[in-house]
Amino acid sequence: MDGERWRLLFNDYSNSSFVELLRRESPHLVPGLGPASAAAPAEPVHGTTVLSMRYRDGVIMAGDRQATAGYQVASRRIEKIFKSDELSGVGIAGAAGPAMEMAKLFQTELEHYEKVEGENLSLEGKANRLSQMIRMNLPAAMQGLVVVPIFAGFDEKAGVGRLFKYDITGGRYEETNYDAQGSGSKDARDSLKKLWKRDMAREDAMRVSLEALIDAADEDVGTGGPDLVRGIFPSVKTITRSGFGDVPEDEVRRVCEGILADRTRNSDGT
Amino acid sequence: MPLPYYVSPEQMMKDKAEYARKGISRGRSLVTLECGDGILLVAENPSTLLHKISEIYDRIAFAGVGKYNEFENLRIAGIRHADVKGYSYSRGDVTAKALANAYSQALGNIFTQDIKPFEVEVLVAEVGDTNGAKSEIYHILYDGTIEDERNYAAMGGQADEIRRFLKDHYQEGMTLGDALQLGVRALTVTQNKTLTERDLEVAVLDRTKAQRKFRRIPLEALGQLLGAGSKPC
Repeated sequence: MDGERWRLLFNDYSNSSFVELLRRESPHLVPGLGPASAAAPAEPVHGTTVLSMRYRDGVIMAGDRQATAGYQVASRRIEKIFKSDELSGVGIAGAAGPAMEMAKLFQTELEHYEKVEGENLSLEGKANRLSQMIRMNLPAAMQGLVVVPIFAGFDEKAGVGRLFKYDITGGRYEETNYDAQGSGSKDARDSLKKLWKRDMAREDAMRVSLEALIDAADEDVGTGGPDLVRGIFPSVKTITRSGFGDVPEDEVRRVCEGILADRTRNSDGT
Repeated sequence: MPLPYYVSPEQMMKDKAEYARKGISRGRSLVTLECGDGILLVAENPSTLLHKISEIYDRIAFAGVGKYNEFENLRIAGIRHADVKGYSYSRGDVTAKALANAYSQALGNIFTQDIKPFEVEVLVAEVGDTNGAKSEIYHILYDGTIEDERNYAAMGGQADEIRRFLKDHYQEGMTLGDALQLGVRALTVTQNKTLTERDLEVAVLDRTKAQRKFRRIPLEALGQLLGAGSKPC
C-alpha cells in the first residue's frame, strides 16, 4: 500500500476543486448535502427574471431586483447577477437562498482553481463545473427548491461572449444569441426575440435588455419593474475582453426613463 | 541485534536545524518591502512558470524559499485554509495572523516529529486597507519559529546580509519603482552580478486595487520600472 501512495497523487483530480475540498474536509458546509426533509418549505423566497444576451463586445446580463415569497414581495433590492470571476458572471433565478449559496460557492470554486493552478479555467470548464453543482442540488429541486441559473462569460480563446442555460438536472445548453430565466422569462424572451439583433452596440444592447425586463415586469406579477418612487432599477452587467463591469445606476435609470417615456407617448402603455 | 544508538535530543535538533539551514542556503533569496501603495515582493527566480510568490486571499500573499515541492505544498494548504474560512465566515475574517500561526504549527510539528525537516522558509504578508490599518509581514522558519517583521523582510541563502543592507537603506513611503530598485540591489548585495527582469519574479499587494489586491508585475512593466525608477506607485 505504501508503495502505491505516490501514485494516488496522480489519480486525485479534485486537487484544485474547492467543492471537493469542502466535501472531504468540511462536509457540513456543502449546500444540499444535509438530510432531505419530507416536505418542502411552505413558501421559499423566489428570485424572478434574469436574462443574458450577446452583443458586439461580449455579453450583457440583466436582472430585475425583486424577490417574492408566494404573493408577497420578500425583497425589492435583491441582487441576482453575480460576478463569478473576471470574465464571467452568473444570473440566478429560482429559490433565492440555495441560488445565492450556489453563486457564492461557484465564485469560490473558480477563484480557488485559479489560485492553486495559477491559471483560469476555460469558459467551457466553468460552465461544466456549474452544471455539476446544479446536479448536486437535484434532491432539493425535487422538493421545490429549484435553482436554474444563466451563466455567461467571455471566451478568451474564441474571442467572443458565450452564454449557457441550465435545467434542474444540471443539463447544460449553450444559447447562441440570448436567453432568459425565471418566472418572467417567457415574456422577456418574447421581447428579445423581436428586438435582438446581431452585433449591437453597448447602448442598444442595454436598451434591448431593459425593454425585455420591463416587458417581463409588465406581464409577470413576480417580476419587479423600475421603481421610480424608491429609485430602484434593474441591475445590468457587461462582460467583455476587459472584464466584468457594472453598468452605473445613473445610466440604467436614464435608459429606463427613456423607455418609459416612449411608452407613455404611445399612450396605450405598451 | 545491535542496540540503537542513543542520540541526545539536543544533538538531534541541532543536526536537523543544520540540515534544514543548509538546504535553504543553497536556494536564491527573496525580499519583501512595504512601499507607499502596498507591499512589494521580489524574488530571484529565473523560471517564469514555477512561482515562489503567490496569491492566498484578498489582502494576503505567500512567498517561499528552499525546496520547491515543500513550499508548494504549504502554499496550497494556505489557499485551502483561507478559502474555507472565507466561505464559512466572511471574506474580511481571513487574516494573515491566523494563517501564519497555522504555518508555524505545521512546520514546528514536522520539525520535531518527522525524520526529515522541511527545508523551507515562508513569508505571509497582508496589506492594510486604505483607512490606515497597518500592513503585516510574518516570517516563518523551518522549525516553526515565527517572527513579525516591520517594513521589510528577507529570506533565503544570504538573508542576513540582505537584511543588514535593507536596514541601512530602507525608507518609508517609497514609490513602487524605488522599492523595486532597492529590492533588486539588496538581492545582489552578496553577488557580483546584475539581475535583469528575466531573473526576477515580482508581485505586489496593491492597496489601491479593489478586493483582490494581489497583482503580478509582467516582464515588460518590470523592465520599465527597473529602467525608470521613481515613477508613482
